[in-house]
Amino acid sequence: MDLLLSAVEILMRWDVALALLTGSVGGVLIGAIPGVGPAVAIAILLPATFSMDPIVGLTVLLGIYGSSMYGGAIPAILINTPGTAVNALTTYDGYPMTARGEPRRALSLAYSASFFGGIFSVICLILFAPVLAKIAPMFGSREIFLAALLGLLLVVVAHRGQALIAGALAAFGIFLQTIGLEPVKYSQRYTFGSDFLGGGINLIVVVLGLFALSQAFVLLTDEDEKVRLTRLRGGMFQGLRELGRHPRVASVSAAFGVVMGMIPGVGEFTAQFMSYTYAQRTSKRPQDFGNGSSEGLIAAETANNAVPAAAMVPLLALGIPGEALTAMMLSVFYVHNVVPGPGLFQNQMDFVVALYLALLVLNVLVLVFLLFATRSLIQVVRIPNRFLGVCILTLSFVGVYSLRNSAADCVMAAVFGVLGYILKRLSMPSVPIVLGMVLGGIMEVKLRAGMARVKEPLDFIDRPVAFILFLIIIVVLAIHVRRVLLDRKEVKEAEWQTKNSSTRFGKLMLRRRNSFLKDRGKVVRARHSKLLRRLTGLF
Amino acid sequence: MSSEKERRFVGPRRGQLIFALFFVGVSIVLLAMIPDQTRWVSKTKFFAQPRFWPAVGLGLMVLFGGLHLYRLPWWRATRYDWWEVRKWGLVLEFAAWFMVYVVTVPILGYLPVTLIFVPALSWRMGYRTRFMMWISVAFAVFVVVLFKAFLSVKIPGGLIYEYLPGGLRSFFILYL
Repeated sequence: MDLLLSAVEILMRWDVALALLTGSVGGVLIGAIPGVGPAVAIAILLPATFSMDPIVGLTVLLGIYGSSMYGGAIPAILINTPGTAVNALTTYDGYPMTARGEPRRALSLAYSASFFGGIFSVICLILFAPVLAKIAPMFGSREIFLAALLGLLLVVVAHRGQALIAGALAAFGIFLQTIGLEPVKYSQRYTFGSDFLGGGINLIVVVLGLFALSQAFVLLTDEDEKVRLTRLRGGMFQGLRELGRHPRVASVSAAFGVVMGMIPGVGEFTAQFMSYTYAQRTSKRPQDFGNGSSEGLIAAETANNAVPAAAMVPLLALGIPGEALTAMMLSVFYVHNVVPGPGLFQNQMDFVVALYLALLVLNVLVLVFLLFATRSLIQVVRIPNRFLGVCILTLSFVGVYSLRNSAADCVMAAVFGVLGYILKRLSMPSVPIVLGMVLGGIMEVKLRAGMARVKEPLDFIDRPVAFILFLIIIVVLAIHVRRVLLDRKEVKEAEWQTKNSSTRFGKLMLRRRNSFLKDRGKVVRARHSKLLRRLTGLF
Repeated sequence: MSSEKERRFVGPRRGQLIFALFFVGVSIVLLAMIPDQTRWVSKTKFFAQPRFWPAVGLGLMVLFGGLHLYRLPWWRATRYDWWEVRKWGLVLEFAAWFMVYVVTVPILGYLPVTLIFVPALSWRMGYRTRFMMWISVAFAVFVVVLFKAFLSVKIPGGLIYEYLPGGLRSFFILYL
């Protein structure tokens, strides 16, 4: 109770209240504009929050992170274009509802489901916080190194079909963070003798380039889309009643969101996929999914909104961000000398609870705002794409230049902007670069510290948590290798159009040998050698 | 007709081969430079060597990048690949707009440059109606007031502000 009171005390300030309001309303607006998204907004606002108190700065960013998905549902439902990437699944059932004349029902259901997901995850995590506070101190240097390695591994393997390039880009991130003056032996690494590179490559410059500038370039080189908005009819509160009719789907989806959110590198997409599949399999009307099913909409929206609060767990408890947005927030902590990790849970538990309470209030604020302001808010989807590009380019300048007033930083951001643009054109992920930079830095420091007291390689995993993490890494790798092999087998089967014979190399050779040894094989071989003799005779 | 491997490939075909070749090429060049660009410190453990992590990063870049290149379903660059490279080159124009904005702000000041930059780029993008021009000007003023005056982000005053009379000068340097 004392903990809760001291957390409330942290939040009872006018600037925190203003940050909550700005973050929630701003997040909804940003989410509602297709092509902007929370990553762009957070990247731009990041340097502006450095001059604020940690709780104020983090509340603004958390507000944007937590509320953008509410806003993202609006264009997903009304114009079949997801406002943020994670609202893609919302279009499956949201837009068909709009098409059959029920846009208000779809919107209110999406808001209610999002609200339930958000509140459920925050309550879970407030209750879970004391347990985390007990577990977190068990993480020493070795455990944090292994957890960071696991996070990086999960990010890479999560990109199905692109794991190789995701791994290469994560390695690029690891390399980027090594550039500059090495802090222990004071030796230069890949600076090419320049003073600018001596200070290293700033994470925020990379983030701004990869997320904000690249998005500006995409929009500036794109065509404007014609948007036709549907008129809204009906009440906005019916969604709350309808949500009450599907408590099982809502709570299971929220639980998926919480669990998946806590695992680094997994996030919203997996949570949504799992909850949607669960909802479809257990539904009495599975044929409605994809054609305007209320259960499908609830599953998608509840799961994605349960993730932001859960994603803060690895960040706050271990100092390990699981995705790009929490990686950006990590830099806010560092700027204010608040080091997230086991120490934070032990010494500043009230700060952690205050953050969760802020998320709780935020969800209420967003729901109230949306229930009354949707009609005016939907007009933001009319902003032309290329004009949005102009706005993002202008705002990106503030983000990059205000860091160190350095034109060299801006050149670097522009270079990463072009790289981000190329990656987007090729449908390649840019998140592994950011996580490689953040987790690579953590891994370097922790491995050095962890190895100081290790005499034999096995000593590294002689503590229970380290051993469990090591086992999980092995399991993840084994599952990934198995999946790759199965995929290869499927490709071979599809190419050879055979399901009955084995596609293994050894079996293939055996079949070839048997074929050659049979009489028919001998005839074929004789014909081939005759043809070959004739052919060589020509020359 | 496309093969099964091509059909299952995530992403478009155009530009993949050139990007993969460039990525692997740069990685190999950087890895080859490791003896010059990093140091091996004697009497220091292997994992604490300043060379260790750049080697890990670059080694994995070469390995994964190489495997990605090897596993690509296409090994021949077509004209679509080169069109794609030309498309990448088009964004350099906007990168140049951005850099001109960056270079002129410390000279002409944040507000004047933003007031020129936003309407000029909007004009370039084809928004030439009076309404859009006013929206651009309003957006420019809003951004400067929000970030420089309200949030006090660190953007220096322009050199030309020095020529303004006393009180106005400090107001401009601080807030605009």
